[in-house]
Amino acid sequence: MPLQVDIEKTLGDFHLKVAFRAETGVLALLGASGCGKSMTLKCIAGVEKPDRGRIVLDDRVLFDSDRGICLPPQKRQIGFLFQQYALFPNMSVRQNIICGVRERKGKREAADAMIQRMHLEGLEDKKPGQLSGGQQQRTALARILVSQPGALLLDEPFSAMDSHLRFQLEREVRHTIRLFQKPVILVSHSRDEVYRLANVIAVMGSGCIETIGGKHEVFADPATRTGAVLTGCKNVSPVRRTGGQTFMAADWGIPLTLPGAPPDTAYVGIRMHDIRPAREGETLNVFRCRVEEEIENPFSFTVMLRPENTAAPLPLGWEMEKPAWERLRAEWVTVCLPQEGLLKLKGESTC
Amino acid sequence: MGVDFFPLWNSLRIAGISTIAIFFLGIFAAYYISRVPRAVKGLLDVMLTIPLVLPPTVVGYLLLRVLGPKRVIGSWFMETFGLRLTMTWWSAVFATSAVIFPLMYRTARGAFESFDETLDAAGKTLGLSNTYIFWRVRMPCCRQGILAGTVLSFARALGEYGATSMIAGYTPGRTATVSTTVYQLWRTNQDDQAFQWVMINLAISAVVLLVMNLLEEKQRKGGWACAAAGRY
Repeated sequence: MPLQVDIEKTLGDFHLKVAFRAETGVLALLGASGCGKSMTLKCIAGVEKPDRGRIVLDDRVLFDSDRGICLPPQKRQIGFLFQQYALFPNMSVRQNIICGVRERKGKREAADAMIQRMHLEGLEDKKPGQLSGGQQQRTALARILVSQPGALLLDEPFSAMDSHLRFQLEREVRHTIRLFQKPVILVSHSRDEVYRLANVIAVMGSGCIETIGGKHEVFADPATRTGAVLTGCKNVSPVRRTGGQTFMAADWGIPLTLPGAPPDTAYVGIRMHDIRPAREGETLNVFRCRVEEEIENPFSFTVMLRPENTAAPLPLGWEMEKPAWERLRAEWVTVCLPQEGLLKLKGESTC
Repeated sequence: MGVDFFPLWNSLRIAGISTIAIFFLGIFAAYYISRVPRAVKGLLDVMLTIPLVLPPTVVGYLLLRVLGPKRVIGSWFMETFGLRLTMTWWSAVFATSAVIFPLMYRTARGAFESFDETLDAAGKTLGLSNTYIFWRVRMPCCRQGILAGTVLSFARALGEYGATSMIAGYTPGRTATVSTTVYQLWRTNQDDQAFQWVMINLAISAVVLLVMNLLEEKQRKGGWACAAAGRY
């Protein structure tokens, strides 16, 4: 039951061009704000119209510019959970859910069954303004699910929440979408949210998808600079090739050996927790660094390292558990950037 | 002394009819104009708002230019239906409508502009028709502003003098309205009677302002708000 999307849209200077196929399960569009991920959802739902392309859900063509097909959003049967939920403020919870029922008969019964399923009993006659954030979200989901959508789009579903509420709501949503058994597209800029909820991750640069793949693959090899940053890699530096396998990392002022680096490698990244103390006799990508700053986090330390003998602009961040740093703590440390932790990245892709 | 209440009745029916007509016209103009391209929007906006700033006598003059028995629309009606569009009681409806249209249009537009468009999008994705969304979501969300605009338009229509006197004239018992009666009575030195009508006018205006304030109060306490931020 796939959802196939291949669309283009130009808005002023901004050009959106995305193509992907979402199977049953969750596909996440991970991107910074303004990269076009919300616009992509709006085009799929029919709220916005792409300039060119094709959108097919199962065997139904929702949009096809070549054949002049553009179904109105009412006929697409695509559920859209908006950032602020978009509940109708003048209607009660029950009336809101009844709005989602497409059949002409038995609207109230269908709504009441959904109210039970989403644990909204006792709130039926309340207005959205009287509900907590979590109850609003459940009402919005109930209203969407009762309309029996063929796919579900979630636009930053937790961004309106306080962080302590977020985790619980995320569990509820995870539970709901597991039962849904149809394609779900999640839009988010939070790598943790995306990692916990999604099966497939598409990293979006400015207006296009740079990398798409299973979540483990994308986190292991984000392939582009944007991908590395969005998956939470804090150490990213441009590199210049100085030999067959040797590169100069400009931001840190250190030479790196990267066997097997693809020819278009333009950046290198290393996650803060992938740096480790150098072993006895180790020489490859080993650097003596001065500890410039020590930042205490609740459960870890972040240590900012300045490699010896450089005037490079940026330090490297190194994160480790508290006891580990307490054992190692010194003014100078020798660290290794291990081969398996070094991400070889392409530059900004133009698509 | 017996007072002939015809002018009050006449003013009320003229204001009532024009308010109902302009309620729909103003709302639909506001709704559709918010959807046209920017450049067209600016031009239409000026055209639709101009009666608000024109002197009512100019509005009356322009109306006579098109509705008069020898003018384009007026003569067509005369020939086709044998109907004279000026100097009858309902001629004043054209005058008051032209004058209150911008009031209704602008308040409705203001109300629609603060409406959260994601509610509209959400309704569409749920399969609700545009008509349903308009009447059951957009209008209830904007109702305070639209009600206030309607009351204001009705009050303005009741007090319209300039354009009305030009297009409907003053015929006692036929086209006389409260405002034209006050002028006529004062002009003919019937000061006591003029004063009675002035008091009636003041009373009506006071009631209208009271209703406006009540509406505003209700809006502030607000059972709900549909601000663009989308928070309830």
